[in-house]
Amino acid sequence: MNHLQRNEKLIQIALLVVAFSAVSILAIITVFIFEEGTPILFKYGFKNFLFGLNWYPTEQSFGLLPMILGSLMVTLGALIIGVPFGLGCAIFLTEFSSKQLRHIIKPIIELLAGIPSVVYGFFGVVILVPFIRKTLGGPGLSVLAASIILGIMILPTIISISIDSLQALPPSYREGSIALGATRWQTTKMVLLPAARSGIVASIILGMGRAIGETMAVIMIAGNAISIPHSVLDPVRTLTSNIALEMGYASGEHRQALFATGVILFIIIMILNTVAHISAARRKS
Amino acid sequence: MYFNPRKEQKFVQILLWTFTLITVSILFFILIFILKNGLRAVNIPFLTSNPKNMGRSGGIFSTIIGTIALTMMAILIATPLGVGSAIYLTEYTRENRITRIIRFGAECLAGIPSIIFGLFGFILFVTKLKFGWSILSGSLTLAFMILPTIIRTSEEAMKCVPSSYREVSYSLGTTKWQMVTKVVLPSALPGIVTGVILSVGRSIGETAAVIFTAGSALRIPTSIFSSSRTMAVHFYILAREGISLSNAYGTAAVLIIAILMINIITYRLMNRFMKKYR
Repeated sequence: MNHLQRNEKLIQIALLVVAFSAVSILAIITVFIFEEGTPILFKYGFKNFLFGLNWYPTEQSFGLLPMILGSLMVTLGALIIGVPFGLGCAIFLTEFSSKQLRHIIKPIIELLAGIPSVVYGFFGVVILVPFIRKTLGGPGLSVLAASIILGIMILPTIISISIDSLQALPPSYREGSIALGATRWQTTKMVLLPAARSGIVASIILGMGRAIGETMAVIMIAGNAISIPHSVLDPVRTLTSNIALEMGYASGEHRQALFATGVILFIIIMILNTVAHISAARRKS
Repeated sequence: MYFNPRKEQKFVQILLWTFTLITVSILFFILIFILKNGLRAVNIPFLTSNPKNMGRSGGIFSTIIGTIALTMMAILIATPLGVGSAIYLTEYTRENRITRIIRFGAECLAGIPSIIFGLFGFILFVTKLKFGWSILSGSLTLAFMILPTIIRTSEEAMKCVPSSYREVSYSLGTTKWQMVTKVVLPSALPGIVTGVILSVGRSIGETAAVIFTAGSALRIPTSIFSSSRTMAVHFYILAREGISLSNAYGTAAVLIIAILMINIITYRLMNRFMKKYR
């Protein structure tokens, strides 16, 4: 019996070590990205990176402001398009549709979440970009095109998490409200949405994270020009595209500057993750 | 401002119907558009011959091999880590500060964009450890990326196993490890497999993390140290550099069909698993 107990102890310790793999990987990634990216941030100053307008990485000019604004603009655009449709779809499927319809549509939407982002980007290039160029003018490769494609890409995330959080509400909420004579919509608007708020917020934040982090699709449709766009029809470059476009040939300080871009992206994502985590934790309690 | 609640209800209902209809039709339209244009290029030679002339002609055989090699290795690395973590979280501990840290870590890891994984894999595996652009570098990077998915789905699968199973096992005098390996793991297996297949789908479609770690060589890989191009990377390069539109459509169609099949299998498995324990 004694050696069995010793084995159990060993197994428990081994599993604890394995369980820390995710945390350790997160730590290693953080260390390596920051180790490569921060020296140059300090050398030329955070301010120059965050507020500089010019990106000439081979001439020590590392202004990332156009890309930071670019990322924020396409993400905001994606939310403007994705949130109403995603939330509308989720509310419809949980509160207004028949059970059968929900059981058909929800899996279909989740299946479509698996379509690779490059395919969405390609679709944008062959259909959406020419359409925008013909009907609205401009180069077509634009903030608008990127926002629409990203908006479509985040739909499955927003829909399935919102549905889950609406369905997790106790049935008594619905029953009580209906019993008071409220219509379904009044129930949804005044009881269910406020009650499921934290889950819905978490779904939106996760969608936002996906939009900010998306790379290949955005490269294909955003035009990648380094300038602050003046209208939604202007081309734009995001932080992620900046890394992916130049990583192939960058070296020396130029490469470090791309890692610095990664650091800034990383910080933005971590802030979003933490907010989503807190929001989800509030839902549980 | 006062609206008649019944009219408001009617109006909202129609509005939401429209939203849902538009959403579903957009997603379907993309799918059908790619498949319709792509399936024209797909035939047996397309699947079994190597790309020629940078992909202008020929098929996609070597990229299929590259995709399979990379994905399989990533799964082999990530599954033991993920399942082990899940066993610890569900069977060996209660909710406490350590589990909260582990969960938060996994959640953050899940939220990191793939391009960051690509940067990291490039600097650590390709440059510092000198693995070069290779299947090894690519699959390690992918394994790190899919780890959170495997942890989460395995954990949920194990939580679904009724506690009476565990009690019966204990009452027979088994140790905890025997209980885990003989009772919990076999019962949770379909759920765990679901998570693994889901990660296969994600690895197959990944581009940003792979292109900087596995490279984009068109030859059939001969060892884990050879660079290899996956279908997703091949598609991206064909489409972005305008090399061949028809081959790009074809590759996309193969990619989408593979992923849809994987997702449908996952969905089936998950449903069967959920029914068993409810």
